[in-house]
Amino acid sequence: MNDTFRAGGAASLDVSIASKDYHSASGRPLRALENLRLTLPAGQAGAVVGPSGCGKTTLLRLIAGLDKDYVGTITLPEHGRLGMVFQEPRLLPWRSVIDNIRIAAPNAREDDIAALLDELGLAEHASHFPRELSLGLARRVALARALAVKPDLLLLDEPLVSLDAALARDLREMIARLIDERRITTLIVTHDLREAIALGDRLFLLSPRPARVVATIDAPTPRSQLHEEAAARIEAQALAVYQGMSSYQDKSSPR
Amino acid sequence: MIRLVSLAALLLLWQIGASLSDPHRLPGPAAVFEKIHEEAASGALVFNLAVTLARVVAAFALAMSFGAAIGYVMGRNRLADRLLDPWLVTLLNLPALVVIVLAYVWAGLTEVAAIGAVALNKLPNAIVVVREGARALDQHLEDMAHVFRFSFAARLKHLVLPQLAPYLAAATRSGLSLVWKIVLVVELLGRSNGVGFEINMAFQLFDMKLLLAYALPFVALMLSVETFLVQPLERHVSRWRRGVSRRLDRV
Repeated sequence: MNDTFRAGGAASLDVSIASKDYHSASGRPLRALENLRLTLPAGQAGAVVGPSGCGKTTLLRLIAGLDKDYVGTITLPEHGRLGMVFQEPRLLPWRSVIDNIRIAAPNAREDDIAALLDELGLAEHASHFPRELSLGLARRVALARALAVKPDLLLLDEPLVSLDAALARDLREMIARLIDERRITTLIVTHDLREAIALGDRLFLLSPRPARVVATIDAPTPRSQLHEEAAARIEAQALAVYQGMSSYQDKSSPR
Repeated sequence: MIRLVSLAALLLLWQIGASLSDPHRLPGPAAVFEKIHEEAASGALVFNLAVTLARVVAAFALAMSFGAAIGYVMGRNRLADRLLDPWLVTLLNLPALVVIVLAYVWAGLTEVAAIGAVALNKLPNAIVVVREGARALDQHLEDMAHVFRFSFAARLKHLVLPQLAPYLAAATRSGLSLVWKIVLVVELLGRSNGVGFEINMAFQLFDMKLLLAYALPFVALMLSVETFLVQPLERHVSRWRRGVSRRLDRV
C-alpha cells in the first residue's frame, strides 16, 4: 500500500518508504528501497547522494508520482505542484524553447517567462528547437521549464551529469543561486558528493541497494557561507559514514 | 522539368503504340483528349468525378478516425491489443471483394453499404500503422507530461499527435491509394454513378475512348490530391525537422 499526501506544515517533504520492489527479467524480485525515511523542511534544498544504481532515481520517481507501486507514505508540500529536471532534458523536440516552457506552464505570464529566459541566459535561444541546443543549454531550458510552473517542490535528477567541468560548474552555480533566491523546497539526487555538498542544505546519504538513508548531514546555511574548509569537513564526514558500512565497496561509492 | 520530360515520353510511347495497333483497342492521345473534352462539356465527367471523390473522402475519413482511435488503444493497452488482434488479422486477410459483396448483400445496394465497405477495407491498414506509432510513443515524454500535469487536450496536441504524425501521414498515403482503387470496384459492382460505374459501362460497350476518358482524369485527380494536399500536409507536420536542419546547416 502507498499513499501520497499533499499537505502543508513545517515538514515540507516527508518520505517514509517501507519497501519498493522491482521484478527482474527472470521474475525474481529485487528490492530497490527499504525503510527509507527523509524529511526536508520547507524552503530547504536536500541532496540525496549515494552509489550509482542504489535507487536514487527510483526514489525521485516515487516522489514525482511516476511510480505508485511501493509500500510507504510520501507527504508533499502544500498544493503539491512539482517542477522536475530529468537526467535527459526531455523537451518536446517539435516545439521551440519558449513553447516548451509555455506548454508546461500554461498559467505563467509572458513577462515572467521572458525574465526567466533572460536570467538563465536563454533569451537568444527562445525560438530555437531543442536539437539545436547543446546538452548544457537544454538542461537550462529544462530548469527554466521547472521553475516557470512556480513549483512547491523542485526535483533535480543528476542535473550536472555528462557535462564537462566548466559547464557543470556554471550550471551548479546557477542552480545554487536560483534555489537560494527563490527558497523553493528542492530535492537533488546525485552520485557526486561534492555536487551534493555544493547544492544541498541537508545531505541524505543512501546505502547501496536496497537503499536507505544511513546518515543525514546539515550543511551551514546560508550556502554562501560554505567555505572550502567546511565543505572538506562535510565530505570527510560523509566518506567516513560510507567507509564504516560493512557493505561499502570502493567501486560503487559516491565520488 | 524531368517529370515533364518523362510525361512527354509516356505520351510519345502511347502515340506510337496506338499507331501500331487497332484504334478500337488502343485509341491515340488526341482521340482520348477529344472524348475527355466531350464528357467535360456535357458535365458528366465533373459530376462522376465529384461523386467518386465524395465517396473517397467519406470512406477515408471514417476509416482514419476509427482506425486511429482503435490503433492508439491497441498500441497503448496490452489487453485491448490481445483481444482485438485476431479480429484485425481476420480483417487484414479478408479479400476486399468479399467485404464489398457482403456489405451489398446485408445492407442493400445503398450509399451507406458502398462507403462502409470501402471504409472497412481501409480500416485494418490504419489500425496497424497507428498501433505501431502508439507503441513507439516516448515514455520519457509521457513522464514529463505527468509531472507537469499536462491536461488531456495538451497531452494530445503537444505530445501524442506530433509523435503519431509520421504514422498518420504514412497511413494517409497508403490508405488513400487503397481507397481510390476500392471505391472504383464498389461503384462498378453496385452504384449507378461515379467513375467506376462509367468505366464499367465503357467496358460493356467496349468503348476504349470512354474508358480512358474517365481513367485519365481520375488518375490526374489522384495525383493532384497527392501533390497538393498529402505532400504539403506531410511537410507541414515535419516542418520542425527541416527548420532545425536549415539552421544547423548555417552553423
